Amino acid sequence: MSITIAMSLDLKGLSCPLPIIKTAKAMKQLAPGQMLEALATDPGSVPDFKAWSKATGNPLLESDQSGGVFRFVLQKQGELK
Amino acid sequence: MSVTTIERPPVAESEAQPAEKKPEVAEKLVIFAWSGELDKIWPTLILATTGAAMGKETTVFFTFWGLFPLVKNQVRITGENWMQKMLSTMNRGGDEHLKLSKMNFAGAGPAMMNRLASEHHVASPHELMEMAKDLGVHLVPCQMTMDLLGLKREDLIDGLDEPAGATLALAEAQGAITLFI
Repeated sequence: MSITIAMSLDLKGLSCPLPIIKTAKAMKQLAPGQMLEALATDPGSVPDFKAWSKATGNPLLESDQSGGVFRFVLQKQGELK
Repeated sequence: MSVTTIERPPVAESEAQPAEKKPEVAEKLVIFAWSGELDKIWPTLILATTGAAMGKETTVFFTFWGLFPLVKNQVRITGENWMQKMLSTMNRGGDEHLKLSKMNFAGAGPAMMNRLASEHHVASPHELMEMAKDLGVHLVPCQMTMDLLGLKREDLIDGLDEPAGATLALAEAQGAITLFI
Protein backbone atom coordinates (compact mmCIF):
# COMPACT_ATOMS: atom_id res chain seq x y z
CA MET A 1 0.00 0.00 0.00
CA SER A 2 1.46 3.34 -0.97
CA ILE A 3 0.71 6.42 1.08
CA THR A 4 -0.67 9.41 -0.77
CA ILE A 5 -0.08 12.67 1.03
CA ALA A 6 -3.01 15.07 0.68
CA MET A 7 -1.26 17.99 2.38
CA SER A 8 2.27 18.78 3.52
CA LEU A 9 3.07 21.28 6.27
CA ASP A 10 6.43 22.95 6.77
CA LEU A 11 6.74 23.60 10.51
CA LYS A 12 10.53 23.84 10.56
CA GLY A 13 11.85 26.41 13.03
CA LEU A 14 8.58 26.67 14.96
CA SER A 15 8.41 25.98 18.69
CA CYS A 16 5.73 24.57 20.97
CA PRO A 17 2.76 24.92 20.68
CA LEU A 18 2.78 26.14 17.06
CA PRO A 19 3.54 22.83 15.28
CA ILE A 20 0.52 21.15 16.92
CA ILE A 21 -1.78 24.15 16.51
CA LYS A 22 -1.00 24.50 12.82
CA THR A 23 -1.35 20.73 12.35
CA ALA A 24 -4.71 20.65 14.14
CA LYS A 25 -6.01 23.48 11.94
CA ALA A 26 -4.77 21.80 8.76
CA MET A 27 -6.29 18.44 9.74
CA LYS A 28 -9.72 20.09 9.85
CA GLN A 29 -9.46 20.73 6.12
CA LEU A 30 -8.86 17.06 5.28
CA ALA A 31 -11.50 14.47 4.50
CA PRO A 32 -11.60 11.31 6.64
CA GLY A 33 -8.89 8.89 5.58
CA GLN A 34 -6.64 11.52 3.97
CA MET A 35 -3.01 11.85 5.05
CA LEU A 36 -1.11 14.89 6.25
CA GLU A 37 2.67 15.14 6.32
CA ALA A 38 4.31 17.54 8.80
CA LEU A 39 8.00 18.50 8.90
CA ALA A 40 9.32 20.00 12.13
CA THR A 41 12.63 20.76 13.83
CA ASP A 42 11.41 21.11 17.43
CA PRO A 43 12.50 17.89 19.23
CA GLY A 44 9.51 18.35 21.57
CA SER A 45 7.21 17.74 18.62
CA VAL A 46 8.08 14.00 18.68
CA PRO A 47 6.25 13.27 21.98
CA ASP A 48 3.68 16.00 21.21
CA PHE A 49 2.58 14.51 17.87
CA LYS A 50 2.31 11.09 19.51
CA ALA A 51 0.21 12.54 22.35
CA TRP A 52 -1.98 14.59 20.00
CA SER A 53 -2.64 11.51 17.87
CA LYS A 54 -3.61 9.49 20.93
CA ALA A 55 -5.80 12.26 22.39
CA THR A 56 -7.67 13.03 19.17
CA GLY A 57 -7.80 9.54 17.66
CA ASN A 58 -6.12 10.54 14.41
CA PRO A 59 -3.56 7.77 13.75
CA LEU A 60 0.13 8.71 13.55
CA LEU A 61 1.30 6.42 10.76
CA GLU A 62 4.90 7.54 10.55
CA SER A 63 7.32 9.37 12.83
CA ASP A 64 10.93 9.50 11.72
CA GLN A 65 13.93 11.80 11.56
CA SER A 66 16.55 12.66 8.99
CA GLY A 67 19.14 15.40 9.18
CA GLY A 68 17.55 17.13 12.18
CA VAL A 69 14.11 17.25 10.58
CA PHE A 70 11.29 15.27 12.13
CA ARG A 71 8.68 13.93 9.75
CA PHE A 72 5.21 12.88 10.81
CA VAL A 73 2.39 11.36 8.80
CA LEU A 74 -1.07 11.61 10.32
CA GLN A 75 -4.24 10.15 8.97
CA LYS A 76 -7.51 11.96 9.48
CA GLN A 77 -9.81 9.87 11.63
CA GLY A 78 -12.10 7.57 9.70
CA GLU A 79 -11.17 5.15 6.97
CA LEU A 80 -11.84 5.63 3.29
CA LYS A 81 -14.06 2.77 2.23
CA MET B 1 -26.30 -28.23 64.45
CA SER B 2 -27.72 -25.80 62.05
CA VAL B 3 -25.87 -24.44 59.11
CA THR B 4 -26.45 -20.85 58.23
CA THR B 5 -26.34 -20.12 54.59
CA ILE B 6 -25.59 -16.58 53.65
CA GLU B 7 -27.27 -15.77 50.44
CA ARG B 8 -25.50 -13.25 48.31
CA PRO B 9 -27.77 -10.76 46.67
CA PRO B 10 -27.56 -10.91 42.90
CA VAL B 11 -25.16 -8.41 41.44
CA ALA B 12 -27.14 -5.53 40.04
CA GLU B 13 -26.74 -4.94 36.34
CA SER B 14 -25.42 -1.44 36.91
CA GLU B 15 -22.73 -2.63 39.34
CA ALA B 16 -21.40 -5.23 36.94
CA GLN B 17 -18.07 -4.45 35.35
CA PRO B 18 -18.54 -2.98 31.91
CA ALA B 19 -17.22 -5.26 29.19
CA GLU B 20 -15.03 -2.52 27.78
CA LYS B 21 -13.43 0.05 30.04
CA LYS B 22 -12.88 3.31 28.23
CA PRO B 23 -10.28 5.66 29.68
CA GLU B 24 -11.88 8.77 31.08
CA VAL B 25 -10.91 11.73 28.95
CA ALA B 26 -11.91 15.25 29.90
CA GLU B 27 -13.51 16.93 26.91
CA LYS B 28 -13.10 20.38 28.39
CA LEU B 29 -10.27 22.57 29.68
CA VAL B 30 -10.92 25.51 31.97
CA ILE B 31 -8.10 27.81 33.05
CA PHE B 32 -8.51 30.47 35.70
CA ALA B 33 -6.08 33.20 34.65
CA TRP B 34 -5.54 35.07 37.90
CA SER B 35 -2.01 36.35 37.33
CA GLY B 36 -1.34 39.05 34.78
CA GLU B 37 2.40 38.49 34.54
CA LEU B 38 4.18 37.61 31.32
CA ASP B 39 5.57 34.33 32.66
CA LYS B 40 2.10 33.18 33.78
CA ILE B 41 -0.06 34.48 30.92
CA TRP B 42 2.33 32.91 28.43
CA PRO B 43 1.87 29.29 29.60
CA THR B 44 -1.84 30.02 30.13
CA LEU B 45 -2.23 30.90 26.45
CA ILE B 46 0.02 28.04 25.30
CA LEU B 47 -2.12 25.55 27.24
CA ALA B 48 -5.39 27.14 26.08
CA THR B 49 -4.45 27.06 22.37
CA THR B 50 -3.11 23.52 22.71
CA GLY B 51 -6.25 22.37 24.49
CA ALA B 52 -8.35 23.75 21.65
CA ALA B 53 -6.03 22.09 19.12
CA MET B 54 -6.64 18.79 20.93
CA GLY B 55 -10.35 19.24 20.36
CA LYS B 56 -11.22 20.23 23.92
CA GLU B 57 -13.81 22.92 24.53
CA THR B 58 -11.53 25.47 26.16
CA THR B 59 -12.39 28.41 28.40
CA VAL B 60 -10.06 30.92 30.03
CA PHE B 61 -11.66 32.88 32.84
CA PHE B 62 -9.67 36.08 33.40
CA THR B 63 -9.90 37.44 36.90
CA PHE B 64 -8.09 39.98 39.07
CA TRP B 65 -4.56 40.70 37.74
CA GLY B 66 -5.34 38.36 34.86
CA LEU B 67 -7.71 40.98 33.43
CA PHE B 68 -4.98 43.50 32.60
CA PRO B 69 -3.53 41.50 29.68
CA LEU B 70 -6.97 41.85 28.03
CA VAL B 71 -6.74 45.64 28.01
CA LYS B 72 -6.13 47.06 24.52
CA ASN B 73 -2.45 47.82 24.04
CA GLN B 74 -3.14 51.41 23.05
CA VAL B 75 -5.29 52.13 26.13
CA ARG B 76 -3.07 53.82 28.72
CA ILE B 77 -5.19 54.90 31.70
CA THR B 78 -8.28 53.04 32.83
CA GLY B 79 -10.65 53.57 35.72
CA GLU B 80 -13.02 56.26 36.89
CA ASN B 81 -11.68 57.30 40.28
CA TRP B 82 -8.13 58.21 41.33
CA MET B 83 -7.46 54.81 42.89
CA GLN B 84 -8.41 52.89 39.74
CA LYS B 85 -6.47 55.38 37.59
CA MET B 86 -3.39 55.05 39.80
CA LEU B 87 -3.67 51.27 39.59
CA SER B 88 -3.59 51.37 35.78
CA THR B 89 -0.68 53.85 35.87
CA MET B 90 1.37 51.48 38.05
CA ASN B 91 0.18 48.33 36.26
CA ARG B 92 -0.20 49.04 32.56
CA GLY B 93 -2.58 46.74 30.71
CA GLY B 94 -2.18 45.05 27.33
CA ASP B 95 -0.58 41.82 26.18
CA GLU B 96 2.46 43.74 24.92
CA HIS B 97 3.19 45.41 28.28
CA LEU B 98 3.42 42.43 30.61
CA LYS B 99 5.95 42.20 33.42
CA LEU B 100 7.91 39.20 34.65
CA SER B 101 7.11 37.84 38.12
CA LYS B 102 10.86 37.71 38.80
CA MET B 103 13.87 39.41 37.23
CA ASN B 104 11.71 42.15 35.76
CA PHE B 105 14.52 44.76 36.07
CA ALA B 106 12.20 47.68 35.25
CA GLY B 107 11.18 46.12 31.95
CA ALA B 108 14.62 44.92 30.81
CA GLY B 109 13.72 41.34 31.76
CA PRO B 110 10.58 41.15 29.57
CA ALA B 111 12.43 42.86 26.71
CA MET B 112 15.14 40.19 26.82
CA MET B 113 12.55 37.42 27.19
CA ASN B 114 10.65 38.69 24.14
CA ARG B 115 13.87 38.89 22.15
CA LEU B 116 14.78 35.30 23.10
CA ALA B 117 11.27 34.16 22.17
CA SER B 118 11.50 35.88 18.82
CA GLU B 119 14.89 34.28 18.13
CA HIS B 120 13.52 30.85 19.01
CA HIS B 121 10.33 31.35 16.98
CA VAL B 122 8.15 31.09 20.06
CA ALA B 123 4.79 32.78 19.54
CA SER B 124 4.31 35.89 21.68
CA PRO B 125 1.39 36.22 24.12
CA HIS B 126 -0.20 38.66 21.66
CA GLU B 127 0.04 36.12 18.80
CA LEU B 128 -1.22 33.33 21.05
CA MET B 129 -4.19 35.46 22.12
CA GLU B 130 -5.14 35.92 18.45
CA MET B 131 -4.70 32.17 17.82
CA ALA B 132 -6.86 31.38 20.84
CA LYS B 133 -9.69 33.48 19.39
CA ASP B 134 -9.20 31.86 16.00
CA LEU B 135 -9.39 28.37 17.56
CA GLY B 136 -12.64 29.24 19.33
CA VAL B 137 -11.25 29.43 22.87
CA HIS B 138 -13.77 31.16 25.13
CA LEU B 139 -12.02 34.16 26.69
CA VAL B 140 -14.23 35.28 29.56
CA PRO B 141 -13.50 38.41 31.60
CA CYS B 142 -14.70 38.42 35.21
CA GLN B 143 -17.41 41.06 35.56
CA MET B 144 -16.88 41.68 39.28
CA THR B 145 -13.14 42.37 38.88
CA MET B 146 -13.83 44.62 35.90
CA ASP B 147 -16.09 46.73 38.14
CA LEU B 148 -13.63 46.64 41.03
CA LEU B 149 -10.61 47.66 38.96
CA GLY B 150 -12.55 50.12 36.79
CA LEU B 151 -12.10 48.25 33.50
CA LYS B 152 -14.87 48.87 30.99
CA ARG B 153 -15.79 46.56 28.10
CA GLU B 154 -14.46 49.15 25.63
CA ASP B 155 -11.07 49.11 27.41
CA LEU B 156 -10.73 45.41 26.59
CA ILE B 157 -9.77 43.77 23.29
CA ASP B 158 -12.35 42.52 20.79
CA GLY B 159 -13.23 38.85 20.39
CA LEU B 160 -13.91 38.16 24.08
CA ASP B 161 -16.95 36.35 25.43
CA GLU B 162 -19.47 38.32 27.47
CA PRO B 163 -18.16 39.17 30.95
CA ALA B 164 -19.44 36.67 33.51
CA GLY B 165 -19.17 35.55 37.12
CA ALA B 166 -17.83 32.72 39.23
CA THR B 167 -20.94 30.60 38.65
CA LEU B 168 -20.38 30.43 34.91
CA ALA B 169 -16.71 29.64 35.48
CA LEU B 170 -17.49 26.80 37.90
CA ALA B 171 -20.32 25.50 35.73
CA GLU B 172 -17.90 25.27 32.80
CA ALA B 173 -15.35 23.60 35.10
CA GLN B 174 -17.63 20.62 35.78
CA GLY B 175 -15.97 17.55 34.32
CA ALA B 176 -13.15 19.63 32.87
CA ILE B 177 -9.43 19.77 33.42
CA THR B 178 -9.06 22.86 35.60
CA LEU B 179 -5.98 24.97 36.15
CA PHE B 180 -5.50 28.08 38.27
CA ILE B 181 -2.58 30.09 36.99
